[in-house]
Amino acid sequence: MTSTPNTNALLRASGLSKFYGGQVGCFDVAFELWPGEVLAIVGESGSGKTTLLNCLAGHIIPTSGVVEYRRHGEIMRNIFKMTEAERRSLQRTEWGLVHQNPADGLRMTVSAGANIGERLMALGVRHYGDIRSAALEWLERVEIDTERIDCRPETFSGGMRQRLQIARTLVTRPRLVFMDEPTGGLDVSVQARVLDTLRGLVTDLGLSVVLVTHDLGVARLLADRMVVMKDGQIVEDGLTDQILEDPQHAYSQLLVSAILSA
Amino acid sequence: MYVAVKGGEKAIRNAHRLLAKERRGDPGIAEVSVPQIDGQLSLAVDRVMTEGSLYDRTLAALAIKQARGDLIEAIFLVRAYRTTLPRFGGSEPIKTSEMVIRRRISATFKDVPGGQLLGPTFDYTHRLIDFSLAAESDCPIADLAPSPDNAAVPTIASILDREGLVETEVDSDPTAVPGDVTSGALDFPTGRDVRLQTLARGDEGFLLALGYSTQRGYARNHAFAGEIRVGTVAVEMFVEELGFAVPIGEITVTEVQMVNQFKGSSTVPPQFTRGYGLSFGHCERKTMSMALVDRALRGRELGEDHVGAPAQDEEFVLSHCDNVQATGFVEHLKLPHYVDFQSELELVRKMRREAAARAGAQEAAE
Amino acid sequence: MSTAAEAPKYDPAYNFAFLDEQTKRMIRRAILKAIAIPGYQVPFASREMPMPYGWGTGGMQVTAAILGPEDRLKVIDQGADDTTNAVSIRNFFRRTAGVETTERTADATIIQTRHRIPELPLREDQILVYQVPIPEPLRFLEPRETETRTLHALKEYGLMHVKLYEDIAIHGHIATTYAYPVQVSGRYITDPSPTPKFDNPKMNHMPALQLFGAGREKRIYAIPPYTEVASLDFEDHPFTIQAWDRPCDICGAEDTFLDEMVTDDQGGRMFICSDSDHCERRRTAGHTGPMTRDAAE
Repeated sequence: MTSTPNTNALLRASGLSKFYGGQVGCFDVAFELWPGEVLAIVGESGSGKTTLLNCLAGHIIPTSGVVEYRRHGEIMRNIFKMTEAERRSLQRTEWGLVHQNPADGLRMTVSAGANIGERLMALGVRHYGDIRSAALEWLERVEIDTERIDCRPETFSGGMRQRLQIARTLVTRPRLVFMDEPTGGLDVSVQARVLDTLRGLVTDLGLSVVLVTHDLGVARLLADRMVVMKDGQIVEDGLTDQILEDPQHAYSQLLVSAILSA
Repeated sequence: MYVAVKGGEKAIRNAHRLLAKERRGDPGIAEVSVPQIDGQLSLAVDRVMTEGSLYDRTLAALAIKQARGDLIEAIFLVRAYRTTLPRFGGSEPIKTSEMVIRRRISATFKDVPGGQLLGPTFDYTHRLIDFSLAAESDCPIADLAPSPDNAAVPTIASILDREGLVETEVDSDPTAVPGDVTSGALDFPTGRDVRLQTLARGDEGFLLALGYSTQRGYARNHAFAGEIRVGTVAVEMFVEELGFAVPIGEITVTEVQMVNQFKGSSTVPPQFTRGYGLSFGHCERKTMSMALVDRALRGRELGEDHVGAPAQDEEFVLSHCDNVQATGFVEHLKLPHYVDFQSELELVRKMRREAAARAGAQEAAE
Repeated sequence: MSTAAEAPKYDPAYNFAFLDEQTKRMIRRAILKAIAIPGYQVPFASREMPMPYGWGTGGMQVTAAILGPEDRLKVIDQGADDTTNAVSIRNFFRRTAGVETTERTADATIIQTRHRIPELPLREDQILVYQVPIPEPLRFLEPRETETRTLHALKEYGLMHVKLYEDIAIHGHIATTYAYPVQVSGRYITDPSPTPKFDNPKMNHMPALQLFGAGREKRIYAIPPYTEVASLDFEDHPFTIQAWDRPCDICGAEDTFLDEMVTDDQGGRMFICSDSDHCERRRTAGHTGPMTRDAAE
């Protein structure tokens, strides 16, 4: 990507590479994300998109390259130069992460209300009534029956769990949300509803999102811009509409033709 | 009128007296002696020395007598005694390759230089209770083969090593002083030195179960008994004033080297991996189990998947393998807990009252 | 109190208070570090004591490290001096240190306790040593030490509040009645040991130094005198202590923790101060309770 660095960007990757021994995870990835933007990283399995996401979210250390994030009211900073404490604090406050498997992002053994309330409590909210109201409000927003507030996610369907995870992550209005195949584990019939909920929330809250998916349909629905990954590298990037309408790279053309025929 | 129950002190004294009486048992029957325990229940003595972390046969035998045969109680006695002993230094590492061998077997080769020496083993006995043992008998006679010359008994590890077939155990930092579990709190993740120490003094039953679990598929590591050695080794200590190490005694140890699942990568050709066990005296079951668990706990450094098996979980294994700690905490439940119980009672009664009130209100509404 | 003839004799064969001086030094260093970081659990190399782990070895090691020949030691368990374990520990120190022991809270310089704080407010010249089984307040929410250590370091206590929220959602109350977690000096969340929550308020701004010893888990922690200790709660579900609807049957006290005694199998009950010294002092001072009043009449 050859855009001039914009000092108002929220997240920036430069020359980002991760190798596992001789194997390429991702190679020379560069892009920027602006506030309020949804960027989709699209590729098939083995394309390196999950490795890339893990680097961006600070979960694995890249072999080379830089990930920078601009904290609220600050300048761009290399997230791997931060202390672990600061990174963890970032992950709890300004960032959110929606896992492909909702069980990875939920506490399965505590109630839905407690799941949603946790980030609030971690921030210091100490009024039970307020926490409970916030939980009820968010259950409504993600279209989960509020009667289920005291039920454990173990008793929820896959789609409900995912919607609960979304509520749990967004309750503190993080500035940047990473999503890893948010509908990947769900039945096709359920996906549409979850995507719809997501789209509504992203718009309402003006979220900035980095979204990893193999599904161009998901990218089409949610993302403003996208990058296409193959064998660990970005082969094409641009506005979602443009790429879908007029893919330049042979691989992008292959992906696009696949959804059109589906 | 109610008088507060006193007399705890008197009750304790009487309990101690009764305990002493029970220990002695029927005065018409000969008292068991410490040398008898040492000589004829020697495997019990070996276990108490190993888990008590103190090599002293007489002391261990005495502890067994005082503990009325309860080995964990005896181990506790030995450990408590150990605390009072001054420590004046550390020995050089013992050289098991120079062991005066009583028993040495290998399951990995049919025959090996030095041979398979069975020694005194239960292994091939038929487990039929020998009722003739109920009476005193004549002293059995057995001829002992002479201990083989060390040069003629190379370790299996060295044999495999010649071909580079087994991973070499190398000190990552030869100047580093090994950790000491008796003078620091356990910190996770630990190093292999601390792990081995903890396992060496760990409960035989617990390690046996964990080792067994690996064989049944809970983090299986394809173990072969590369070598089991039982015999005496010299203990040497470096003396500052002399400038060299002097032998200060001899101890019997059991050493087990397991040869395990091979491991390789794209850059390193495959080699067998190892598990290690060591104990005082002749404690084969414990030492073999220790070697299985040691290997399981090395999973992390060998880059193996953590499959959620208990034997792979370092914190779980090392936190729970000390039977003195375990028995202390389990048995502490016998101590009075009535104040805490009172607190729980109060809450439960309160919640039940509230539930009853809610049910009552609901009925009234209907 | 046992007669002089029955009390264990001081045995000079032991180093004063059993532990060798090196070990005491090591423990004192841990104690100093603990005082410097209120509520933080300091690892220490716990020794095997002649008592089983879980029976007060941590408290004993702390006491042994701070005990001097001029000290007067009180040992209580469940609030009483005469419970078997308290007797056993008191005898241990009589035997290995030869110090004066007492049952009177007011007379003691060091009080080692299991599961209760004395009712009589303590003074600046006193030290309270608690026996602690599980020092980690998050242990039952997160079994891994590696993880709980990180949570404390980063002040990530959301998990604890999740538990309290859940209790209220399910039971209508916070369901913890003893070992009720507190926050020390606004920083570390700490386990006060299995004292009933009734005793938590006493910890706040206590003039005496509070030391906590966990032998089996190998941790020492401390609350310096006059430190803020706040029991965790929600603004709209504030922390409350237990209450009884009757006074002590013996001394009439209405503000102490009462033990429930089962007197028959028809549901007969008596309630008596758990703090035996406190009850005794009140009776000596002339106070009566329903049972003693009836007997007098």
